Amino acid sequence: MDFVTQLLIAAITAGTPLLLATLGGILNERAGIIQLGAEGLMLMGAVTTCIVFIRTENLGAALLASVGVTAALGLVHAFLSITLRANQTMSGLAMTLFGSGFSAYLGKSISGNPLPGILPRLHLDFLKPVPVIGDIFGNLDVLTWLSFVLVIVLHLLIHRTSWGLHLRAVGDSPATADVMGVHVRLIRYGYVTVGAMLIGLAGADMVLTVAPTWNEGLTAGRGWIAVGLVIFARWNPVRALLCAYFFGALDSLGFRMQLLGSAIPPYFLKMIPYVVTILVLMYLGYRNRNKPSGTPESLGVPYIREQRF
Amino acid sequence: MPWRLEFDSSRIRTPWWTPILSVALALVLCAIFIYANGMSPLTVYSKMVKGAFGTSYGITETLVKAIPLLLCGLGIAVAYRISVWNIGAEGQLIVGAIAATAVTIYFPNLSGFWSILLMLIFGVAAGALWGLLTAIPKTHFGVNELITSLMLNYVALLALDYVTFGPWKDPQGFNMPGSPVFTDAQSLPVLGATRLHIGLIFALVAVVIYYLMIRFTRWGYELRLIGANPNAARYAGIHINRHIIIVMLISGGLAGLAGMAEVSGVSHKLMQGISPGYGYTAIIVAWLAKLNPLGLVVTSVLFGGLIVGGFSVQTIGLPSSISEMLQGAILFFLIAGDMVTRFRIRRGA
Repeated sequence: MDFVTQLLIAAITAGTPLLLATLGGILNERAGIIQLGAEGLMLMGAVTTCIVFIRTENLGAALLASVGVTAALGLVHAFLSITLRANQTMSGLAMTLFGSGFSAYLGKSISGNPLPGILPRLHLDFLKPVPVIGDIFGNLDVLTWLSFVLVIVLHLLIHRTSWGLHLRAVGDSPATADVMGVHVRLIRYGYVTVGAMLIGLAGADMVLTVAPTWNEGLTAGRGWIAVGLVIFARWNPVRALLCAYFFGALDSLGFRMQLLGSAIPPYFLKMIPYVVTILVLMYLGYRNRNKPSGTPESLGVPYIREQRF
Repeated sequence: MPWRLEFDSSRIRTPWWTPILSVALALVLCAIFIYANGMSPLTVYSKMVKGAFGTSYGITETLVKAIPLLLCGLGIAVAYRISVWNIGAEGQLIVGAIAATAVTIYFPNLSGFWSILLMLIFGVAAGALWGLLTAIPKTHFGVNELITSLMLNYVALLALDYVTFGPWKDPQGFNMPGSPVFTDAQSLPVLGATRLHIGLIFALVAVVIYYLMIRFTRWGYELRLIGANPNAARYAGIHINRHIIIVMLISGGLAGLAGMAEVSGVSHKLMQGISPGYGYTAIIVAWLAKLNPLGLVVTSVLFGGLIVGGFSVQTIGLPSSISEMLQGAILFFLIAGDMVTRFRIRRGA
């Protein structure tokens, strides 16, 4: 395999958790709720997966548990921001702080222990003869394939179905949606919960592929990068895929340059994804300064029936 | 239904007891988790309290931890006054520590006064610059400051790794990452035989200045106006962008000062883990204090105690991150409490 193919595979591997978390963020924000707790949710998803996987040696149970735990945390965020109309920024921050502390507490006993397995891969032998495609798609794990399916499903859901119309209406103009008979709160609760589950799955994906073991704070800011990617992808699942892989490539490019004996100290290579996130957001802000950014119009604004804005 | 809940959006001020109640509820929630994990919550909590406030060593250590929390919390409070959500105090503190250490590396032979003064200037300037890196993308490019400030935390952390493993590594350090140990001229004076250093005075002076500035100056008035109603402030001709830049410079500068005080007053060298998450804890410190200066002093001592207590539970095999978990839970209950108290029970259909 040549360097480019290897880089593409690495980009997909490193990009999949980012993609899952970004998709979760898109669902949240399309419904009008900011989710800044992604980092904490990913950590909780990851630690739950590790604990249940090590205890039961059953991957399905581990994934279910991690999705269940993050769904519960998503409900907490939904309750605070939808029912209580609390500050969504602060609620997300609390989620991240609580998630990083709680995951470290829970994971203390299994820290550094290897997991009993990794994600099963789909060996598509019929793709083998095809040059580059075969190398890339012939041997991907199940969560990566799930993420492909999710991109298509969410794209169709958001842009082609009446459910998606309701979702966009709830995020852009909840008052109008309410008048049209759409159940604003229910829809928001639903998408915040599902979004949190996807972010939890992103955490599970991180521990089940790259380094199959739990370490305190192993997400290293990927949750926050995903929060940036939601904006970068302009709340669009297909763009999210491209953006996530772009960042996956940046991530692994640094690692690869280190292996190749680059003269640049590794610390600077590791800074690349963070610096690029800021630069890209600045570029987008500059380019879109005079036009709508695609932000759901009621993002972060609690909806109160009968209140005029 | 004869009774119903009604949301009263006109009630902005929350009762004084909500912070106390939220701390209590967070303690109960975490007790449940500790109990479920097979430990006695009472043992854990009493261990934490004893560790933090039980001995004179504990108390001075708590105050040592309260210094960076108070400085960072103050900076965060200034920014939050106008809804600039700076979560980059951690990175600003780290670059402040790096810059202060640069003085000891490049000007090793200065007298005590000049060396401390130069370290102060470098620390504050580096922190302020780091704050500016968050402010400019926000004001000129519309980038959410939460993301920028957090990304910069990771960049600062990697820069710290670079200097401590790389060019500034102490040749006499037995191959451990970290800068050479500071000389006495490069260290802040301490109180007697304790680790409590003069940074406490810096922090308290900063609190007084913050109070006076917010309360009695035109600038403070404008901040309060923007905080209350940004649109009205804009119509009144207040340059909001300029204020964002100023508050981020102050916010970063105070965190940078905290970083300088940490290296010069506590660790006496630059090393990994210079901050056990002071910048993040300070967010809750500021929020719990409702941005009130006196409240900030109280909450930073409380959270200093939480950190010291967190370390003391390590002796019974618990991770010190238990204090982080408590902090997150406190913040949850606090924001919930802020809103719950705005609901009223009314009679009528």
